[in-house]
Amino acid sequence: MTKSRKQSSRRRGKTRQPPTPELKETAPAAPDAPESQSTRRSFLGRLWLGLTGVAVLEMVWIAVDFLRPRTSSATSSSHILVAGPIDRFEPNSVTAFQEGKLYLSRLQDGGFLALSRECTHLGCTVPWVDGESRFVCPCHSSAYDDKGVVLNPPAPRPLDFYPVRIENGIVKVDVSKPIKRRSFEYAQVTRP
Amino acid sequence: MTQTADKGDNSNRGGLAIRIWRSLVRGPINPQNDRERKWIVIHNLILHFRPVRLPLRTIKYTHTWGLGGMSLVLFLVLATTGVLLMFAYEPSTQGAYDSIRGMQQQVLFGKLVRNIHHWSANFLIVVVFLHLLRVFFTGGYLGKRQFNWIIGLALLLCVLISNFTGYLLPWDQLSYWAITISTGMIRYVPLIGEWLQQVVRDGPEIGQATLINFYTFHTTVVPILLIALMAWHFWRVRKARGVVMPRLPAEHSGDVQDEKVEYVLTFPNLLFREFVVALCLVAFIMVFSLFFNAPLGDAANPGMSPNPAKAPWYFVGIQELLLHFHPLLAVVMIPFVAALTLLLIPYIKYTDDTEGIWFRSANGRRTSIIATVTALVLTPLWILLDEFMVDPVTWLPGVAPVISSGVLPAALACLALFGFYQALQRIHSASKDEAVQASFVLLTVVFLILTATGVWFRGAGMALVWPW
Repeated sequence: MTKSRKQSSRRRGKTRQPPTPELKETAPAAPDAPESQSTRRSFLGRLWLGLTGVAVLEMVWIAVDFLRPRTSSATSSSHILVAGPIDRFEPNSVTAFQEGKLYLSRLQDGGFLALSRECTHLGCTVPWVDGESRFVCPCHSSAYDDKGVVLNPPAPRPLDFYPVRIENGIVKVDVSKPIKRRSFEYAQVTRP
Repeated sequence: MTQTADKGDNSNRGGLAIRIWRSLVRGPINPQNDRERKWIVIHNLILHFRPVRLPLRTIKYTHTWGLGGMSLVLFLVLATTGVLLMFAYEPSTQGAYDSIRGMQQQVLFGKLVRNIHHWSANFLIVVVFLHLLRVFFTGGYLGKRQFNWIIGLALLLCVLISNFTGYLLPWDQLSYWAITISTGMIRYVPLIGEWLQQVVRDGPEIGQATLINFYTFHTTVVPILLIALMAWHFWRVRKARGVVMPRLPAEHSGDVQDEKVEYVLTFPNLLFREFVVALCLVAFIMVFSLFFNAPLGDAANPGMSPNPAKAPWYFVGIQELLLHFHPLLAVVMIPFVAALTLLLIPYIKYTDDTEGIWFRSANGRRTSIIATVTALVLTPLWILLDEFMVDPVTWLPGVAPVISSGVLPAALACLALFGFYQALQRIHSASKDEAVQASFVLLTVVFLILTATGVWFRGAGMALVWPW
């Protein structure tokens, strides 16, 4: 609050003057100030509103982050499943691995393909039916061959696969993340 | 000490017991006359959201069938049994199944409490759905009640989410694969499908993280939302001056609003009726739960999918749609359009004043029956045709499946609906209200038949089977 002119003039020994209209406290500006003009009050009001909005956004951000899936370090880094020596797997055979949630398929020509056991339709676990030499999903009867290629809809795409490496005659599968594919390509098969 | 003159202030008079009692109970609890009854409705914590008087016409049981009140009662039963279950349940993938097994065998009335919880949850969906139908057919979403319809839809969504998250908790084969399939459908949402599925599952697959998220939503987030939304919903009913006023088709709304309305006291007329309905409902659930058990299959085995693997019954309608349409249509477009339509129902510009009249008019009744019969005949026919004869993907090999088995049949269905709407208006001289109502009836019956098919007529490999 500024000192009234009356007081300061008394201190300095100047003649007393009545306070001029400009120094008088103006009434709340809201009804009188023209709409186009931004007063200090309206600016501060808008600032509060803006900060409240920022606070709300921050809370939403925190909530979203709490809901965000967290991948544990075990799955994000490379996780290798040791399947076994090459000779353990006959050509034209499919071996199930519970641990890696996959099937190791050895094709007719001896190449290896590690297929995910999750049906690409809605996610059911697909069993290998030996008698029919194909995968048949129990949920909606999608069928795949030993390369994971779709034989029967409603599956929209072939089974996902995992990269296979052969080191010193041992078959190893990298099960960190399944690879999606639109169709079968021979580059996906690992030859011993 | 001089007291201010407070008429009837007995706080300093009498023995200790009587003073404690009077400090707790401020007025009569066993009312002897109408004045005391009115006092209670005004001053009681729970009852004071009720009006003191209400129109006699709206009390009639067959006007609302007490469905809204039943929903509240079911929610309270679920909350009570739910809290009891929380003391015995272990929300971990290793312990969940065993904790429920243990609760059923070792906890006093554990099995009964679980049964009550399970059946109340399923009845709630049915009751809430019937409540939606009642409000729709009596025009209780018009005028001042428009937004309350929206709040009601939000409540419906919460009920569905609650049922869905609860379904996973037993962690048996039924739960695990039903949720696998239902969240598997999410992947078909364009652009964000993968991400959305990961968010819902809280990870790449269904596991401990999923269980904890579902448990939190089921026990905390959704109940809080339900309570808040219910409070708002009841508030809006009060602000609209009660439930919609029943009218006969010949009456004009002006007549009803004026002198003809007879008012009666809420206590006892409405309260006693509500109490009886609540009691009957609770008794019914208890008896039902004594005879029928909540399912508990084998413990979840991610290595083996059961055949068939079905979504929870309230979602099998969508699963059935999936068998006939491309996933983009069945999972995304059709539910989205259906939700949008439901949201817009109160905001259509209707031409007649039909508030409070069941089925709008005599013609409305007739056209609704026509719609029901049409749906009853055409839907099974279409399901059979599509299953055994029609195969658009093979017939149109050059066209992308999303068109041949998705957009194309959907467009045909829309055309059929439009034709139906026009036929009603021209041949049966239906007004806009009546035609909209009949279309709603048609689509609802279609969806109900799809749900029934999914529940009873789909067997191993999702092939059509005769259930008996």
